[in-house]
Amino acid sequence: MASTAPVETAPVETQPVEIDEPTDEKVVEPEVPWVVIVWNDPINLMSYVVFVFQKLFGYSRDKATKLMLDVHHKGKAAVSHGTREKCEFDVSRLHAHGLWATMQKDR
Amino acid sequence: MPPARVKRVRGGRFALRITGAERDVLRSLPAQLRQLLTGQETAADPDLRRLFPPAYPDDPQKAAEYDGMVRDDLMAERLAAIEVMERTIDADRLSEDELLAWLSAINNLRLVLGTRLDVREDLSELDIRPDDPRAESLALYAYLSILEEDAVAALS
Repeated sequence: MASTAPVETAPVETQPVEIDEPTDEKVVEPEVPWVVIVWNDPINLMSYVVFVFQKLFGYSRDKATKLMLDVHHKGKAAVSHGTREKCEFDVSRLHAHGLWATMQKDR
Repeated sequence: MPPARVKRVRGGRFALRITGAERDVLRSLPAQLRQLLTGQETAADPDLRRLFPPAYPDDPQKAAEYDGMVRDDLMAERLAAIEVMERTIDADRLSEDELLAWLSAINNLRLVLGTRLDVREDLSELDIRPDDPRAESLALYAYLSILEEDAVAALS
């Protein structure tokens, strides 16, 4: 990650590095990606949907417009991906803005 | 094209160019929306279904969990926006946050009205006939759509 702060030089240490061995048996399931879908509806204005995509996801005007047109012409568009938690958050922000959003496993 | 009702002005603020008659139409709307949202039949009111859509359409259990997790926050956010619109209903200038609150309240009103009126077509194709019993509601819906369009253009 880029930073403008000066980098502090760490003192040279000669002790052996301790390594934490994993102790529990729990197997971490691979994260299944989820996808957030926005569905077409006759009420939300096209300009408003573009505005919401830009505001919530930081998408460029071009990308937000393309997604909005996909929703409009194809009936739906995938607007974000990620963990279940991230997608639930994105869906809740879309719902707060009145868009018709759902989420599902990205198969 | 008529002049925009919302215009970005100096200092990151927004000028509202709406007439007294328009403000009188708008004035009672925030309270009506609040009443709808906080009424006893909110959960069952079909007009409100667009405000709280299911996140998981094919999984009622997950959908209910999601709803339980977010519903209070979504409601609080909407009520806060309603309160801002009410407080600034006669303002000539709005801050960006205040305009975003207006946008939220106006869009929520459109979602409720549009659902109730079963709006299916593009606004440009709305044909409002005076003898239609829905004429007044359709005209309000159309007006709110124009106001929202202008607000989005000013914010974009």
